[in-house]
Amino acid sequence: MSNTESTTRENTLEYSIGLGDDSLMLGQRLAEWCRNAPLLEEDLAISNVALDFIGRANMFYEYAVELAKVTGGVFKNQSVDDIAYLRDSREYLNLLIFEMPIGDFAYTMTRQLIVDLFNVDYFTALSASSDSRLAAIAAKTLKESKYHLRRSHEWALRLGDGTEESHTRMQNAVNELWGYTPELFEMSETELALLPAGISVDRAALFDTWEARVSGILNEATLDHPPGDWQVTGGRAGVHTEYHGHLLSEMQFLQRAYPGLAW
Amino acid sequence: MTQFKLNAEELEQAFQNRIDDEQKIEPKDWMPEAYRKNLIRQMSQHAHSEVIGMQPEGNWISRAPTLRRKMILLAKVQDEGGHGLYLYSATETLGITREELVEALQNGTAKYASIFNYPSLTWADIGTIGWLVDGAAIVNQISLQRTSYGPYARAMVRICKEESFHQRQGFESLVVLANGSAEQKAMAQDALNRWWWPSLMMFGPHDAESAHSAQSMKWKIKRKSNDELRQAFVDQTIPQIEFLGLKVPDDDLKWNEERGHYDFGAIDWDEFLRVVSGKGMCNKQRVEHHKKVHDDGAWVREAMRAYKVKTLDRNRMKEAS
Ligand SMILES: [Fe+2]
Ligand SMILES: [Fe+2]
Ligand SMILES: [Fe+2]
Repeated sequence: MSNTESTTRENTLEYSIGLGDDSLMLGQRLAEWCRNAPLLEEDLAISNVALDFIGRANMFYEYAVELAKVTGGVFKNQSVDDIAYLRDSREYLNLLIFEMPIGDFAYTMTRQLIVDLFNVDYFTALSASSDSRLAAIAAKTLKESKYHLRRSHEWALRLGDGTEESHTRMQNAVNELWGYTPELFEMSETELALLPAGISVDRAALFDTWEARVSGILNEATLDHPPGDWQVTGGRAGVHTEYHGHLLSEMQFLQRAYPGLAW
Repeated sequence: MTQFKLNAEELEQAFQNRIDDEQKIEPKDWMPEAYRKNLIRQMSQHAHSEVIGMQPEGNWISRAPTLRRKMILLAKVQDEGGHGLYLYSATETLGITREELVEALQNGTAKYASIFNYPSLTWADIGTIGWLVDGAAIVNQISLQRTSYGPYARAMVRICKEESFHQRQGFESLVVLANGSAEQKAMAQDALNRWWWPSLMMFGPHDAESAHSAQSMKWKIKRKSNDELRQAFVDQTIPQIEFLGLKVPDDDLKWNEERGHYDFGAIDWDEFLRVVSGKGMCNKQRVEHHKKVHDDGAWVREAMRAYKVKTLDRNRMKEAS
């Protein structure tokens, strides 16, 4: 095995885990709505979306498990659940927007609009990855994301252009979430390293289209484009918000309290 | 053709004849007011049970121990919500709105399965609820597939398939615990100890004491008595408990060769009445949670209505111009 080949494999492993972490964090968050949604129909619909994200995490981690068999390293001999459940906050590579609490329904749907718009373009690009496994996961994911986007677009209009209260809540949500959007377009070193071989997606290149589309929808929903005077990043380097550790402590409770068992 | 005007008594007789003839009653058919009321009570109670049951099970979604278990549980709770929706629609065919039904749940005039007033404390409770509570529900609902009201019977056929799936998944999750570490086994046994008797209570009071039973049987809303159904549940579940290597929390339980059924100990009906009358661990919590979620979501539902009106107005303007 050549040096570059093994480096590529290691990078692909980390890349898969990052994408898996994005999906798992959002899936975990969305599942919080199940039994708490504003109407029973939404309990079902959001649970569906949550299931898609958790399923996606599972696929990315499965690929990571296979890669780790060859690369060795910290993930060697680990299962999907070891990866999902046994790391501390600093070892999770998800982008910050995916870990933020659910907030109110406006906040949740605004985050969905932001990431669904992003994901449709991202997974369109990834489905053309030279890594056939990533391309296959992306193709499946893309179909789901297109459906998610139809929903979040619809909700953005309803809530943005609904009542005064819903409009205010949506505008607040957009303003609060905006600072987490630049990170979606920031290339990590791993992603940069995989780019020349056509394995990873060039996030930065997706920005203009995303910005135009999201602005269009905000406009349609009678919402103002936020000033964007505050922004944070850090997720891909394992520097997370304070919310992250609490999400983990809840999610990991059984695996931590009863280590090493089958469930 | 001669037009007949039937008097009330003749209408009721004709209705009973159709029931006796195993014909299904459909929404547009004439039915006695008491039949309609009885059905609304039973069907809405069933719908509310599906929805309230989402709370104790939903309590563990965020803490499910593996991704697979998390997805199974989330999908299950989602199914229960779907059953609730489907049953609300079926109940609405009787001339009542979902808003009215939900209002009755929140003000306490409508009931839901009392078993959901017990807390889900450990992960083993999740498997146990799927296995025992869905298991008991299936025994009841299989008999309801032949209930006399068409929309309810059809709902039961559809729902029963998913409930069987839940029951198998719950059991499978307990098999893992029962064959796991000492702690996991103890967790499974503890869950069985807490859920066993409430599961038997799910079938309601003994036939002699059941308020609605006789008339419901005559109208074939109910097809089997509470005690018959309870016995069927015990008979099918004991071998499963044995398979798990767990102990039934009932010293009087034993196989009765003569009857061809298991005999089991006396049910604590004081406990049953205590919880039914609102004094269980979670009665307040369940209804308060439902109200809070409903109230917190009011602005969303208002926005939906407002947006719909705006859209209709805009479309009208477009057409006019
Ligand atoms: Fe159900
Ligand atoms: Fe049910
Ligand atoms: Fe069920």
